[in-house]
Amino acid sequence: MNFTAAGREPPAGLIAGLVPSSVFASNGKMPDVPSPAALDGRSSDELLVAIARDRDKDAFGLLFGRMGPRLKAYLLRSGIAPSQADELVQEVMLMVWHRADTFDPARAMASTWIFTIARNKRIDAARRDRRPEFDPEDPALVPDQPAAADRSIEQAEASARLRDAIAKLPAEQADLLRLAYFEDQPHSAIARHKGLPLGTVKSRLRLALERLRRELAGS
Amino acid sequence: MLPVHHPSLELLLDYAAGSTGEAAGLALATHLALCPECREVVAQFESLGGALLEAIEPAAVPSEALDNLLARLDEPVPVPVPVPDRRSPADDATLGPVPQPLRGYIGQDLETIRWKRVMRGVEQADIAVGRGRTGNVRARLLRIGPGVRVPRHTHAGTEMTLVLAGGFSDGDKQYQRGDFSFCDRETDHSPVADDDGECLCLTVIDAPLRLTGPLMRLLNPFIRF
Repeated sequence: MNFTAAGREPPAGLIAGLVPSSVFASNGKMPDVPSPAALDGRSSDELLVAIARDRDKDAFGLLFGRMGPRLKAYLLRSGIAPSQADELVQEVMLMVWHRADTFDPARAMASTWIFTIARNKRIDAARRDRRPEFDPEDPALVPDQPAAADRSIEQAEASARLRDAIAKLPAEQADLLRLAYFEDQPHSAIARHKGLPLGTVKSRLRLALERLRRELAGS
Repeated sequence: MLPVHHPSLELLLDYAAGSTGEAAGLALATHLALCPECREVVAQFESLGGALLEAIEPAAVPSEALDNLLARLDEPVPVPVPVPDRRSPADDATLGPVPQPLRGYIGQDLETIRWKRVMRGVEQADIAVGRGRTGNVRARLLRIGPGVRVPRHTHAGTEMTLVLAGGFSDGDKQYQRGDFSFCDRETDHSPVADDDGECLCLTVIDAPLRLTGPLMRLLNPFIRF
């Protein structure tokens, strides 16, 4: 998984080197919002790679067609005002464009990578607080164990396994999980909202997480 | 040596989902710097967030959104944030125990921090973080002398503790560098620092401690942990 992806800006040189202004200045063509059928061709991972490698604006348009409306739904559910949500979607997608070179398809799924960017943008927008993150380059960091480094099982397979695992969750667990990810609420607020004891919310979430982790481990 | 006491899955979920406040996030992220195992769990939970994002019911975006976006692609990018301090911990012995992100919060040198004496053998220093939704959240460094016992107490809320150097024991549990402990109002404890050196911890509390020992409780109005 790519810990380096979200939140921090890359050194200026990286970006400057990546935006060859001369190459694309003449390309005024704007792709149409793609129909769902047009989306079947390339995976989000492939689109992101094309964006990073070729500065491919068509691929970017396709990715926007797929993720833009979902990013907006995510931001709205977390309590961002509709007027602000549209601007934030733009900022998330701009960051996707500028940071695409930091996406490593061997280590993360595109959906994961985009989620972390959207999450951090949401925190920036909604919170007075910062989000502390560890620095993968910090010499004081305890490095990954050798076993953990080799997690290059096919991302597509991991992605399918994850979708299956979520689909198999009991409805009340899946429901709480979505609340935990989307509503930006402490568990106590989720409990009040659902009319459930806090202990029940926590134990259901824990069951869901343990189950998903077992499924992901492939056992 | 790798940590053996970890944050709960629910806490790691909150961190991955982005709903932890700054202070709790500081404790969790600093634990992550010391714990490859929990980094792996957070990575899993982030991929879960990605899968849920892909499955969310989409919301309509304005028809001109993509054109607006494409028009902005060639705009200059925002100025990057300053490069974080990446001095090797070996450069400065006093930085050894403190990984990022905590190092960025407390400055360069543990000795220049303004320590306040709480009781004999226990000093603390406040860390400037957001106070959270309740306004009561506090993050502090705690420095406990060798063998010193913290008076028996309980918590009106929750307490997260991350060991940065040295160690302490709490009942039958041993905590060393990187270990994470979580206490709530059910916990009534009196941790003791190991004999072989000073114990340095990061603590995050969302309500004051309550001393519970027979005499010490009389001091509650006067002592503020």
